[in-house]
Amino acid sequence: MATIRYERRIKASPDTVWGVVREPASIPEWFPGITSCDMDGKLRTIHLANGLSMPENIIVSDDITRRFAYSIVSPLYRSHLGTIDVIEIGPQDSLCVYSTTAEPDVLALVIGGGTYAALDEIQRIAEEREGK
Amino acid sequence: MGRKILFITTDQQRFDTIGVNGGIYSRTPVVDQLAREGIRYTRAQPASVVCMPSRSSMLTGQFPSKHGAWMNGVPLRVDAPSVAAALHDEGYKTSIIGKAHFEPFLDVFGKFTENSLSSLGVPTVEQPWYDGRRGVHRGFDHLEMATHGAAGMLHYARWLAENHPEMMGAFYQVLDGELNVNAAGGGDTDAPQVKHNAIPKEWYHTDWVADRTIAWLNSLETDNDWFCWMSFPDPHHPWDPPQSEINRVNWRDVDLPTGYEPNRTKREAILDDKARHWRMWYDGSLVSNYEAPAKWVPATLTEDQIREVNALNAIEVELIDEAIGRVLGAIDARGWGDDVDIIFTTDHGEFQGDFGLLFKGPYHVDALMRLPLIWRPAKSSGVTPAVVDTPVSLVSLASTFLSVAGVPQPEWAEEPALPISNADANARSLNATITEWDSALFGVDIHVRSVVTDEWLYTRYAAGYAHDGTEGELYSLTDDPLQRINRFADPSLKAVREELQARLDTHENRPGVGEHDGVLVAPV
Repeated sequence: MATIRYERRIKASPDTVWGVVREPASIPEWFPGITSCDMDGKLRTIHLANGLSMPENIIVSDDITRRFAYSIVSPLYRSHLGTIDVIEIGPQDSLCVYSTTAEPDVLALVIGGGTYAALDEIQRIAEEREGK
Repeated sequence: MGRKILFITTDQQRFDTIGVNGGIYSRTPVVDQLAREGIRYTRAQPASVVCMPSRSSMLTGQFPSKHGAWMNGVPLRVDAPSVAAALHDEGYKTSIIGKAHFEPFLDVFGKFTENSLSSLGVPTVEQPWYDGRRGVHRGFDHLEMATHGAAGMLHYARWLAENHPEMMGAFYQVLDGELNVNAAGGGDTDAPQVKHNAIPKEWYHTDWVADRTIAWLNSLETDNDWFCWMSFPDPHHPWDPPQSEINRVNWRDVDLPTGYEPNRTKREAILDDKARHWRMWYDGSLVSNYEAPAKWVPATLTEDQIREVNALNAIEVELIDEAIGRVLGAIDARGWGDDVDIIFTTDHGEFQGDFGLLFKGPYHVDALMRLPLIWRPAKSSGVTPAVVDTPVSLVSLASTFLSVAGVPQPEWAEEPALPISNADANARSLNATITEWDSALFGVDIHVRSVVTDEWLYTRYAAGYAHDGTEGELYSLTDDPLQRINRFADPSLKAVREELQARLDTHENRPGVGEHDGVLVAPV
């Protein structure tokens, strides 16, 4: 089991940052390389630019704790947990933490590495929404 | 019209694998002739012993601690300095054909340009993403990519899939089902990363790189100045050259390398005399980096496996030499023969059985750090052939290419142009080089710095997963060329250690260190 974590300080309110990521179907807007997704209840299937598709279970999207959690259910993975936490630092100041824990280990980095670029987009969108 | 530059790199090739450097299993007449006509460096050293940091240092003229691609999987930032961009600005046509690897390969989200170019098509300056100054990408206005085998999203894999799809599965499968570097054995000895490959020689990536280089050269105008980085993926593992070529070197006739101690007790004592991560890897209790198969234990390596790996490696080196010969013939046919500087080197070495090990990692010894480097200046330049014994760094390549184009060393380049003789090196006080290693993978971090002088190889380990910050290695390169006797704790060498440590301290404290450190986003 391996874990990858990236953090980003964002000049936007936590509600604004959370608003970017809280809807499961919004992922193509803020995750580079994911071109579209299909929703079927708690099952989200993401489609990548390279033609691959991966099904994910949406575990939680909690507006109170501002935590989003999901799990890839592809047979490539023995286990996977992705979490996005939005933490209030100040009124216009948030910390967004994107974590990936998975087995096999290498796949944690293969998938988790993409979340770094996702944080770039989450930051850009949130700060644009607040006119930064 | 100025001097043109053909920059030839291989991947993971030891100093002693070419004839002019004492190699006996590969026939390398083309490279040997370049050496006789030009400058042969007997102690050339990479900035790092893995691909991405080392290749980035060739491109940027900076050490990894400055350009920021500090381990495989950390992309070189797109706005990093680039010698290709500088030459492009001087009016050179610029290309890279073969293995680039400034950006990660394992890129499922398609974030990196190197991986997307094959689907976008072969770019030219006419295409919309050309910014009008720097070339299409990192200063190259033509890029065609290849790597080890046919996997991935690069041009070679696409070409093979479109033209010879039946050969897509002929190569060794570099990664296993969990995307680890594959430990599966093959060949006659069940050696890791070995396979008999059914692909015909003319479809193998070595010939493809030469073919595409010739095609690009033939697309140029006669009076163009050009810089071509022709980058062969071999002889990096997997060792799976075309089966039709297997009889060039019979592995049963290959001697064990001098760096291999056949007596197990003595071999393990040599390892125990080094910093502790050596023995930990050998025994299978430490996986510090992605580049060697995580599920392979070096202690299981047999003598026949070493022989077979070295035979296949020699065949791959020989195929590269022949491919270079074809490209040089094409250059002569264009009438450029007297006006082309040719530089041949590699990005880092390979254990090939030394110390009972294969592959590479945070181990700074000659197997991984002493590289072939040959500079055949354009015949029109009148440079005298020479052998340079002074330690030189591949970080000097960027300044060297610019010097060929008549451009002074830029502010961003950390090392001056290569010396053209020992006297030149002495006059410029070039007498030591540095190699860096930093890695942090799944909770295991290793940090290494080494300095090489004419006489010594000195290595220090910073505190990390396997080290407490007190460990080091010190080898006399004159008395102990195989680096078997670690004299780090020898009290009689206190002054030597202090002098070498001062050199490392100066290196670590230079301006700009760490300012551009990138983020690990992929295994490789």
